[in-house]
Amino acid sequence: MANPTLVQLATTTVGSGGVSSVTFSSIPQTYTDLKLVVSGKTDYTGAAYDLGYVGFNGVTTNLSFIRLQGSGSAASSTSGTGGIFFRANASGTGSTNTFGNAEIYIPNYTGSTNKSASVDSVEENNGTEAYTGLFAGLWSSTAAITSLTAYPNNGNWAQYSTFYLYGIKNS
Amino acid sequence: MASGATYTPIATQTLGSNTPSISFNSIPQTYTDLVLVSSYQMSGGSAGYDLCIQVNGDTGNNYSDTYVSSTGSGTPPSGRNTSTNKFILDAYGYPATSTSYTANVTTFLNYSNTTTYKTSLTRANSTYGVDAIVNLWRNTAAISSMLLFMSSNNLAAGSTFTLYGLAAA
Repeated sequence: MANPTLVQLATTTVGSGGVSSVTFSSIPQTYTDLKLVVSGKTDYTGAAYDLGYVGFNGVTTNLSFIRLQGSGSAASSTSGTGGIFFRANASGTGSTNTFGNAEIYIPNYTGSTNKSASVDSVEENNGTEAYTGLFAGLWSSTAAITSLTAYPNNGNWAQYSTFYLYGIKNS
Repeated sequence: MASGATYTPIATQTLGSNTPSISFNSIPQTYTDLVLVSSYQMSGGSAGYDLCIQVNGDTGNNYSDTYVSSTGSGTPPSGRNTSTNKFILDAYGYPATSTSYTANVTTFLNYSNTTTYKTSLTRANSTYGVDAIVNLWRNTAAISSMLLFMSSNNLAAGSTFTLYGLAAA
């Protein structure tokens, strides 16, 4: 039997005062896939919900996404550019102790083809508002991913947000 | 996380040329779930074709699927097929272009039990759309083999398929 190959590469927990972004650099090139797991909240106070997005190798260019979103009462489709997005909580009214959750799966991150990503994410505002966001992400670059940065869409990442990066081998 | 709850690679295939289908055979029955991670293109053709799976050689109309999708605008379509002869792993079936690959993660839950019908959960993602799909195989047999193919044309060279086992404990 082959050995288990889901390996935690790095973790970050945001401290007091927040941070403008979280970067995992010098990502080993010895795995097949990457998985980023986020428990995220921004310090934006204009709403209880927000977004985060991911860029690679220090850039947020040539990134695009298609989103399928559900609010509990309606579903919607959108698309855009500038990052591979995911749902996160914000710090507006009703968001106490709530954090969004996201899983971003990136197959073949060391390959020489454009990089596709699968994103499952959700955030809930203490029972009064919730969104599920499924995203298809694409980085139109043939470069291997050597660093990954997670940005908040508004403000900073708030204290206690966590970011776990895993590597997965196929052999 | 339980100590055994991690990805264990069972088999992987990278296509060196356009290929009609690939198989995973003699799947070990020692895991709780299976996860199939696929990065693929279709060789030529146009929109509307799907990545499909038949398990255990079953070509009968013993499968069904329910999906919700997004192409980036408009009302997300949702639907179901109640009697088909295969799992559907991307409801919108758009073949990825020559410069990008569809990222597909499909989990087959409790695949080795012999008392319940088998379900799978799929997330497929390409430059053309997002799919979330649940499939059902109406058979209580343990899943021991899979045949993967496109509903039209071939799987393109450069496509990769890896089957992982997940153990609950």
